[in-house]
Amino acid sequence: MAIESRVRISDTAGIVTARQQGRTLALELGFEGSDLTVIATAISEVARNILDHAKSGEVIISRYQHGGKRGICVIACDTGPGIADIEQAMQYGYSTRNGLGIGLPGAKLLMDEFHIKSTVGLGTTITMRKWMH
Amino acid sequence: MRVPILKQGDYLIASVQSVLSDDDLRLLRDDLADRVGRFRSRGVIIDVTVLDVIDSFATRTLRSVAHMLKLRGAHTVIVGIQPDVAFAMVQLGLTLAGVGTALDLEEGLEYLNGRSHRLHEHRAFGSREEDRLGHPVRPTRHTQEHHALRAHEEDEKKLFSGHASPRSLDYGH
Repeated sequence: MAIESRVRISDTAGIVTARQQGRTLALELGFEGSDLTVIATAISEVARNILDHAKSGEVIISRYQHGGKRGICVIACDTGPGIADIEQAMQYGYSTRNGLGIGLPGAKLLMDEFHIKSTVGLGTTITMRKWMH
Repeated sequence: MRVPILKQGDYLIASVQSVLSDDDLRLLRDDLADRVGRFRSRGVIIDVTVLDVIDSFATRTLRSVAHMLKLRGAHTVIVGIQPDVAFAMVQLGLTLAGVGTALDLEEGLEYLNGRSHRLHEHRAFGSREEDRLGHPVRPTRHTQEHHALRAHEEDEKKLFSGHASPRSLDYGH
């Protein structure tokens, strides 16, 4: 059983690979039904964010255990330009490009935990988790 | 992977066969815009049964395809959105507002047929034209324009021969 899966994101095929790996790992961890789709969709959004803003980066999907709770952890990191105003970037419907502005805030809605760390000029790291219920 | 597009009478059927990347979706959009013009299609069905994820980009692309094709004179119906996919889309706040949807291919065809029947009824309304055997003739674009022109000419005739309501002409008297 794969414990961790790392996917390089440098083109749109990488987004597909990341969400497929996420679904596979989530299934192995015991997630089922709509949770699998929800996790894959959230991964798709953060992976696209990497491609759109930093051109390339990495998505790391792993098993997560904490205080008797089990779940899946997704880390999306890049060394791109970073986000100057995180609050604005996390506003539903706000987009710097010609998008819907749903990507990051949408991923947050789909997962149980969502943390974003970004430094201008250094890059962005998003950590999100979904617990098994 | 490029989505195969089948021509079925007045309709096009784009049957998604595998997961699609953003690039594949853009390609599908461009292919459909091209084919609708080339085959003069009235309706387009996009079957997304195999898609396990429809995220914000896919939704935006499907929506713009539908709106674009409408401007080209074709109705689009998205069929086969899986229940889990629909659930995730709703959680994300994604909608396909203004885009036709149906459960599966069969219902999608019914949806388009329903639309075109209504269209034909609308067109046939008021038409007295019959062919030599006495069957009503479905008006073509040419006859429609002809009717419109004739109606316009008759209105003008009425206006100038005094059949129109005189009140409408007597401004200020």
